[in-house]
Amino acid sequence: MTPTDARNPIVVTTEKVGRAAVAGVEEIGLGAMMVVESFYWLIFGRREKQAVRLGAIAEQCMAIGIQAVPIIALLAATIGMMLAIQGIHTLRIFGAESRVTVGISFSVVREFAPLITGIVIAGRSGSALAARIGTMKINQEVDALYVMGINPVRFLVVPAMVAMVIMVPALTLFSDFVGLFFAGVYVNLDLGISLAAYMDQTIELLSVDDLMHGLGKSVIFSILIAVIGVVNGASVQGGAEGVGKATTRAVVQSISAIIVTDMLFAFVVTR
Amino acid sequence: MTDSTASTPHNVIEVRDLVTHYGDRMILKGISMDVHADEVMVIMGGSGSGKSTLLRHLMALEHHTSGTMRILGEDIDKLSGVELVELRQKLGVAFQGGALFSSMTVGENVMLPLFEHTGLDRKTMEIMARMKLEVVSLGGFENLMPSELSGGMIKRAAFARAIVMDPKILFCDEPSAGLDPVVASALDDLILLLRDALGMTVVVVTHELESAFKIADRITILDRGEILFIGTPDELRADPSQRIQNLLNRVAEDDTMDADAYLNRLTGEQPAYRPL
Ligand SMILES: Nc1ncnc2c1ncn2[C@@H]1O[C@H](COP(=O)(O)OP(=O)(O)OP(=O)(O)O)[C@@H](O)[C@H]1O
Ligand SMILES: [Mg+2]
Repeated sequence: MTPTDARNPIVVTTEKVGRAAVAGVEEIGLGAMMVVESFYWLIFGRREKQAVRLGAIAEQCMAIGIQAVPIIALLAATIGMMLAIQGIHTLRIFGAESRVTVGISFSVVREFAPLITGIVIAGRSGSALAARIGTMKINQEVDALYVMGINPVRFLVVPAMVAMVIMVPALTLFSDFVGLFFAGVYVNLDLGISLAAYMDQTIELLSVDDLMHGLGKSVIFSILIAVIGVVNGASVQGGAEGVGKATTRAVVQSISAIIVTDMLFAFVVTR
Repeated sequence: MTDSTASTPHNVIEVRDLVTHYGDRMILKGISMDVHADEVMVIMGGSGSGKSTLLRHLMALEHHTSGTMRILGEDIDKLSGVELVELRQKLGVAFQGGALFSSMTVGENVMLPLFEHTGLDRKTMEIMARMKLEVVSLGGFENLMPSELSGGMIKRAAFARAIVMDPKILFCDEPSAGLDPVVASALDDLILLLRDALGMTVVVVTHELESAFKIADRITILDRGEILFIGTPDELRADPSQRIQNLLNRVAEDDTMDADAYLNRLTGEQPAYRPL
């Protein structure tokens, strides 16, 4: 092996890492710009004669929110029951099964409802957003918007982003109720605590702070999902295959971002 | 028509020394051209010569490296966002692939510019959209989705959308590519109708020599990012330059030549073997 060959892998690897880092930073920058631009159109759109349409937002709310209700209900119910099962199993060691409500109510409201809602929406709507924008880009539909004097961020991104910010917290609240209810049903069946008593206990335990902790997180999740979907869709290159790649990337990235943010948020807020 | 506009040339598009790059590659190498009001300007040239690129720059979709472009008297580098939007309302574009929005019906597609830029009520917009669809012989198809249309119908619907705001300038990228001769010829007639009846200036990119001679008031020929010729079809036919005559004939023979070269490339054989 010649000396240059020996050095090459390191140089090559360093360069690769460097390039990837630059690309990553670039993407984050693009995402940040997208958020800023969206706010701009939302607030000043009317002045620029490009008002954001309420109809478009409502349409996105339907697609993102209403159609996700069944699957979110199913998963929230499952998680609620799972927490009840595990909680009772763990607390039985100390003979403290009747205190299971504490664990359930905090876990559902602070952690599991926002997390499961975020993950479902990332999979359903974040990917759909990336695919839609990517397809529109390769079909020159985005160019067509530009030449019609319609700003694509205002027309495509803002409605989706606003709908996310409305619907993800709303669905999180919904999964709070569903999760708590089905956990209660299991507690009732297993421990014989009446549903009414369980609910009284839950309401007493939970403060507005706990609820806001979960909902606050879900707002951040919603923005992450929207931005990651849009950035991946907008960077699609090379036909249908590119759209497929971007869609997958959007889902993986937004779920990772959600989980990491969840931890960071809990760390910062809880301490 | 040609003569009267030629005697009083009022330029709706003025391009001076336009240089453009994709990445490091120079695509347009200092192009200067004018488009007069109420004329059909056809842009021709070999594949990859920069026709679509030029069109994208004329539509202000890309940033150029140097040179100036004035569209309807406005220097597009000096326009603010709002002014650019206002200018764009006077331009119509029929994209090569149609670029219809797949989530909207044909009627909604055609109505979209009206919906976004005018304060008209929905009924009026629907009537206007239907009128434009009638112009392109798609009356009664407004409730179909773009995926339910044939290729030729998509192109015509894209035309309807491009002209719904009654633009001053209409850009078309390869309107007749991939269409059967009857539909292609109908589109040519449509372009002439738009010029004559609605007083539009039309800029068309095309490969079809026959269609170019039929519709063009003037023809621009691009060759590898440079302008080889600008003039009327008659001037083009009579041009003594060997290069242009070659190009004209070559364009006409394109199919057979290409098939041979293509076969050679596929089989990896040397082009020495000539069957004829
Ligand atoms: N998005 C792009 N990125 C990089 N290079 C591009 C891009 N679009 C076009 N090019 C390059 O620019 C050159 C001119 O392309 P252009 O599309 O303008 O050709 P054209 O004359 O329209 O050809 P055709 O008749 O095949 O449509 C080509 O060499 C092409 O490789
Ligand atoms: Mg082209």
